[in-house]
Amino acid sequence: MTLLALDWILMLEKLILIAIIVFASLGIALYTTFSERKVAAVLQDRPGPNRAGPMGLLQPLADGLKLIMKEEIIPNSASKGLFILGPAMAMTAALMTCAVIPWSSSVELFGRKIDLQIADINIGILYVFGVVSMGVYGIMIGGWASNNKFSLMAALRGASQAISYELAMGLALIAVLMISGSLSLKTIVDQQMAPGAWWNIVYQPLGFILFFVCAMAECNRTPFDLPEAENELNMGYHQEYSSMKLGFYLFAEYVNMIMSSAVMASLYFGGYDVPFLDESTLAPNIAAIIGVLSLLTKIVIFLFLFMWIRWTIPRFRYDQLMNLGWKSLIPLALVNMLATGAVILWQQG
Amino acid sequence: MQALTNRAKEVSREPMTFMERLYLPNIVKGMAITFSHIFKKQPTIQYPEQKREFSPVFRGLHVLNRDAEGRENCTACGLCAVACPAEAITMEAAERMPGEEHLYREEKYAAKYEINMLRCIFCGLCEEACPKDAIYLSETFAPANFTRKGFIYGKDDLLIPNKNNAPEEYAAARGAARV
Repeated sequence: MTLLALDWILMLEKLILIAIIVFASLGIALYTTFSERKVAAVLQDRPGPNRAGPMGLLQPLADGLKLIMKEEIIPNSASKGLFILGPAMAMTAALMTCAVIPWSSSVELFGRKIDLQIADINIGILYVFGVVSMGVYGIMIGGWASNNKFSLMAALRGASQAISYELAMGLALIAVLMISGSLSLKTIVDQQMAPGAWWNIVYQPLGFILFFVCAMAECNRTPFDLPEAENELNMGYHQEYSSMKLGFYLFAEYVNMIMSSAVMASLYFGGYDVPFLDESTLAPNIAAIIGVLSLLTKIVIFLFLFMWIRWTIPRFRYDQLMNLGWKSLIPLALVNMLATGAVILWQQG
Repeated sequence: MQALTNRAKEVSREPMTFMERLYLPNIVKGMAITFSHIFKKQPTIQYPEQKREFSPVFRGLHVLNRDAEGRENCTACGLCAVACPAEAITMEAAERMPGEEHLYREEKYAAKYEINMLRCIFCGLCEEACPKDAIYLSETFAPANFTRKGFIYGKDDLLIPNKNNAPEEYAAARGAARV
């Protein structure tokens, strides 16, 4: 069916896929907040939320309901338009990343081959970086529009932190790109999936550690949660926010975590690849389902790692944060990049 | 300088070694510690369902005792009110009329007996002061309330139910462990 030079069934297919992925991400994010509390609890020898529903499983719904029912407050001195735009930006930027992540190989339904990736654009990873840096605007706008010193301080910290760590992140990424020779996430995953190929983590252990640290900083997770430092900045950039606007900010953090876990899994841990299993021998639909499960497992492991670190390490001081970013991570990333380049040249030469 | 206790620890001012400057080994060590806590026993008591046993010397909510025949012990002598450091106790005395012998043990009784639970510090001095064994601190505690008035416990709240015709209420008012 082609009308106006558009493949309408493809449009429909992509729309459904977008809906599924967005709602699945939101649902997973909802339960990430729950598991965050549970993980925090067991790491601190307490049971955690266990009252709402069996084992407390309805807790995130109760939390969400509470946030929605709260009074919507916009301070008089706030810049109203920007005040609303801030959380909207944060949430949109967080969700937009999922467009280029290859969730699995393709399934065959109704005689059509459907890729489980919203858009396989050939600059996928650059798109991710672009969108992630847009997320900083959410923090910046929120902090600025609140018209509050603490919020502004937090926004400044958030922006400088994101910019500093994005550099090291980009440099760590370049080493991966030199190995794969492609910016498309799908191609990068496919290369790691090929029989006999190793995951990129084998070639890039240092690069992965750098990328992981930077991803943590980008998500504003402890030990890099300076923008929302509760005890020094009174919750930082979302201090003036209430109701679901606050919910959006908190939620965006979890969506960001999921997306960066997915990106890390795709870049370094073979995406939807199952180790020691040749997917091409399986029926495509089964392979796709196994692939989704495998990627989700990797994401969950990363999320646990994020939480585990959060409940272990205290927050960095601001100067320590900058020292780590500029004096350690960036030089290390540069060395890693040069070494990778040298090895590639030597192998070709 | 000489340390006051043997627990004092000298702070090391040496510059960090290379391993320490790497951060990661120590972070991994810390993460191992937090991970080991997953397998530790949780000391939590799920309160409304599970209750922690009080020790036998627990000083909780007051009860006004009755004697073996179910008569009130209290004679409104006021010694508890005098002993009370928080001045939480007030009372008014009344004379026993003929025909009330089954209600009050002696000729004088407390017509009004109030304890302000917001003032009370549960020290138990009233219990020690009482010459008639009339006031006791039980092993229950004052439940929450919405108003300040609700914390002023009158005689109807404090008087222990009659052991002879309401044994269950009697046990509940005394608290679980001490029988």
